[in-house]
Amino acid sequence: MTIHIPTPLRTFTAGKESVTAHGSTVAAALETLVTQHPDLRKNLFDPEGKLRSFVNLYLNEDDIRYLPSKEATPVKDSDELTIIPSIAGGR
Amino acid sequence: MLQLSFSDYETLRTHGEQTYPHECCGVLLGRVVHGVNQVEQIVPAGNTRTDSAHNRYSISPVELIRIQRQARAASLDIVGFYHSHPDHPAQWSKTDLAEAHWLGCSYLITRIAKGKAEDTNSFLLTGTTEEDKRFQDQPIEILINQPA
Repeated sequence: MTIHIPTPLRTFTAGKESVTAHGSTVAAALETLVTQHPDLRKNLFDPEGKLRSFVNLYLNEDDIRYLPSKEATPVKDSDELTIIPSIAGGR
Repeated sequence: MLQLSFSDYETLRTHGEQTYPHECCGVLLGRVVHGVNQVEQIVPAGNTRTDSAHNRYSISPVELIRIQRQARAASLDIVGFYHSHPDHPAQWSKTDLAEAHWLGCSYLITRIAKGKAEDTNSFLLTGTTEEDKRFQDQPIEILINQPA
């Protein structure tokens, strides 16, 4: 599948905006991604290995948090996964 | 350094006046050239924090993805974000730092005092991870007579 990388994480993908990563589920494709680009791991996952809370993942148009199987959702090579860290703040 | 046109600079400041007393927010699209975040286009966004819009902002991920696709189609990248501080200094807050995750991006903050845009400052989010990230003061260069 194609995984779109946000600007701040492209440092860890040699500047690439998108990366092809194979896997039968979202989690498997993400594992392939961080295996190919090891420095991404600490930016996407916390020390316990859980996806960091501010990292949003969209499988095509869907937030994976709201998919029934979440990160275990099966994927095809033609699917697109977008990684998008949150934007928030305030005074 | 952050470079943007006078027109974009005025637009984002006006956005803060329009949403006063609530915080405004938006995205800066452009390119990073020799360490300079050059803004080519700004995209105002909605503030989803309707529960506490006077002192918090958040951009919906769905809107952000739409903006990112818009950037990709124009061969641009997301190089930063802007928001306003109604009746509060144009300095980053603890919340701003805690909620900032786009390393290498510029975070522009405009103080809106009683409905009028006052100073605007830019802060570059530096570091390599969540654990060592920090804001650094970033000079702003406003380009006069540049096409918007």
